[in-house]
Amino acid sequence: MTRVTVTVRPKEGILDPQGEALRRSLAAGGQPVVAVRAGKVFDVEIEAASDAEALALAERIAGDVLANPLIEEHRVALAAEERVG
Amino acid sequence: MSIRVGVVTFPGSCDDRDALRAVELVGGEPAPLWHADDDLQGADAVIVPGGFSYGDYLRPGALAARSPVMRAIVRHARDGGPVLGVCNGFQVLTEAGLLPGVLRPNAGLRFRCHDVALRVQRPSPWLPERGPGDLLEIPMKHHDGCYFADPASVAELDHHGQVLLRYEPNPNGSVDAIACVTNREGNVAGLMPHPEHAVDPLLGSADGRVLLAGLLGLARTPAAA
Repeated sequence: MTRVTVTVRPKEGILDPQGEALRRSLAAGGQPVVAVRAGKVFDVEIEAASDAEALALAERIAGDVLANPLIEEHRVALAAEERVG
Repeated sequence: MSIRVGVVTFPGSCDDRDALRAVELVGGEPAPLWHADDDLQGADAVIVPGGFSYGDYLRPGALAARSPVMRAIVRHARDGGPVLGVCNGFQVLTEAGLLPGVLRPNAGLRFRCHDVALRVQRPSPWLPERGPGDLLEIPMKHHDGCYFADPASVAELDHHGQVLLRYEPNPNGSVDAIACVTNREGNVAGLMPHPEHAVDPLLGSADGRVLLAGLLGLARTPAAA
């Protein structure tokens, strides 16, 4: 089993109203935040013979389903050992 | 011959019953369809109605676009059969690749629920007896109705006469105030406002009947598209 992390975020230049609302809220609270882009993270567990095969499959799933290429870009990576905070 | 109009119910659909009733009011024969069936029950035309299919998980319409009934609807559309997507149905049709563009959160980030005026852009079998400049008054109710396509795609849509209606004024930040688009062939149309809620003057407007009559007309004479 290979764990792959897929990150989806609004494409450069696409207005992100959610991120903009967050920025405004943080700025109103006195935080020195100049920009926020809101995206999504998916942890996907894949049955694959190798990491490369898992990554290739995740790339296809990300492009076909998890992201809408008209407005979003995606990145796939093997899941790092994460420390849950 | 009465035209059989399939209306899809997904888990989370909420306007399917109004759509079935509206079909009856304009003289069609309503046929309920279920998301898990890949059979259109002999429907001549299809309405993909509003609601929050599959809880709007991932993106509105994204999961519904991959359901068994949508595979059948895609085949129906590729064969030239007419399909109308309303609200969530519009989102489903864009996610399924039957219509260009995508629906994003409203520019103001508000859920907006009120009547909107829609300006007819061109003559179309979808808008029988209406012409450029006419106005339709139809209610909308959505959070994710901001139509987006990049500038080159919008120019293409205009060039091929695929923009049927524009908002006046623009309630949600849609690019170029685009409210209703068709596919290149003209047999698939989608819009965020709800024709099925505007079928009786007693409830404020009967302008929604125009699009429903258009759907039935396209089923009678597919070549008109």
